[in-house]
Amino acid sequence: MKNKSLISINDYSKDQILKTLDLAEDFEENPKQRLLEGKVIATLFFEPSTRTRLSFESAINRLGGEIIGFSSQDSTSVKKGESLKDTIKTVSNYCDLIVIRHPLEGSARYASEVASVPVINAGDGTNQHPTQTMLDLYSIRKTQNTLENLNIFLVGDLKYGRTVHSLLMAMSHFNTTYNFVSPEELRIPEEYKMFLKEHKLQYKEHIDFTDIISEADIIYMTRIQRERFSDPMEYEKTKNSYMLRRDMLKGVKDNLKILHPLPRINEINEDVDESKQSYYFTQALNGVYTRMAIMSSILGVK
Amino acid sequence: MADSKPKLQVSAIKNGTVIDHIPAKHLFKVISILNLEHIKTQITFGTNLESKKLGYKAIIKLSKVFFKDEDINKIALIAPHAKLNIIKDFNVTVKRQVEVPDQIKGIAKCGNPNCITNNDNVNTIFYVIPKDNEKVVLKCHYCEKITDPEDMEVF
Repeated sequence: MKNKSLISINDYSKDQILKTLDLAEDFEENPKQRLLEGKVIATLFFEPSTRTRLSFESAINRLGGEIIGFSSQDSTSVKKGESLKDTIKTVSNYCDLIVIRHPLEGSARYASEVASVPVINAGDGTNQHPTQTMLDLYSIRKTQNTLENLNIFLVGDLKYGRTVHSLLMAMSHFNTTYNFVSPEELRIPEEYKMFLKEHKLQYKEHIDFTDIISEADIIYMTRIQRERFSDPMEYEKTKNSYMLRRDMLKGVKDNLKILHPLPRINEINEDVDESKQSYYFTQALNGVYTRMAIMSSILGVK
Repeated sequence: MADSKPKLQVSAIKNGTVIDHIPAKHLFKVISILNLEHIKTQITFGTNLESKKLGYKAIIKLSKVFFKDEDINKIALIAPHAKLNIIKDFNVTVKRQVEVPDQIKGIAKCGNPNCITNNDNVNTIFYVIPKDNEKVVLKCHYCEKITDPEDMEVF
């Protein structure tokens, strides 16, 4: 994967995904490897995303690399009207790798085409966020000891949630069974159902999941945003029916783990945090190891 | 005798290309996809002609104009049943249907306002993806969102 940009999770084959996860495991066991000494990495955040930026910067620091960049476009020449192309071409001169977060969809793909160094997409609008998907896969494999033949429940905003879409695509390599749980207005889009049919994978859609929760190996919760609803009253009614509470976890499978890309609002009740099924905070830590793995393999040091 | 022969609704050309079976509602899109406004030779067209297959169709006859396959195939997105006749000396020498290309570059606008191609100076690229009953949709190379050719805007 040397010098290959990572823009969409589909850019990686099954084999490349598994290799990256193995490498991340290696970093988890042995995090102090100063493999990026002498390398400069640009983190260009055209919109703020504290969590993702800190995770990348923590990964770079642990590997001994140097960071340049910005955390919002307020203080940059973008404000003066500079095009993305010009910014990327200029920054390419100063670094060995670019990490980009941008509010427009397709911006990261375009950046990778004009940059002279590899690019990692840290989120382009509602489109892709492949390093998030990689850490989700890492968390699933770590808690289940496999990625094959799992039953995954994806819950909440399945229409706009990009983490859901990327995870769905990535898990299609592993004979996954999908259960989609969402309000009517936020159902999984047709194109993803078409994709699963083509790959002959099982899926079901549900409005409510209290009765079937015992089948799940993984529950992947997502945030339901108020602004997604045309009718605010509908939102008020809906938000609590997709809330996971500890008393719902009776009779679940032993291996069940609950994941969430964070930040959460109220979709997981705080009483779940102390349950043995909760995994979302460790999931965030796994992001550092997977990003270490992705960056060091792109820079060819691992 | 001349009266008994049905009259052509759009007069014949000696040499050139005839594009038939264009859905009438897409005639002007076809004109702009093929850049016909920049052609200096004679062009005649008819529209809202009755057609058994399409309801109403349009036809374009271009004198002394011959297209490259890759150019003419671009219209297949909105006129999948279009037929092409190459005319030499009033005779049809080649007859063929347009073929849907795998990829189209630089002719259509991405339907997603939040796509980089609608905000920076970036040429569009789409992958043509088959949908059910012979229809196709366009997947943007950049934002990965789907645009339906029926709603697509042409540059």
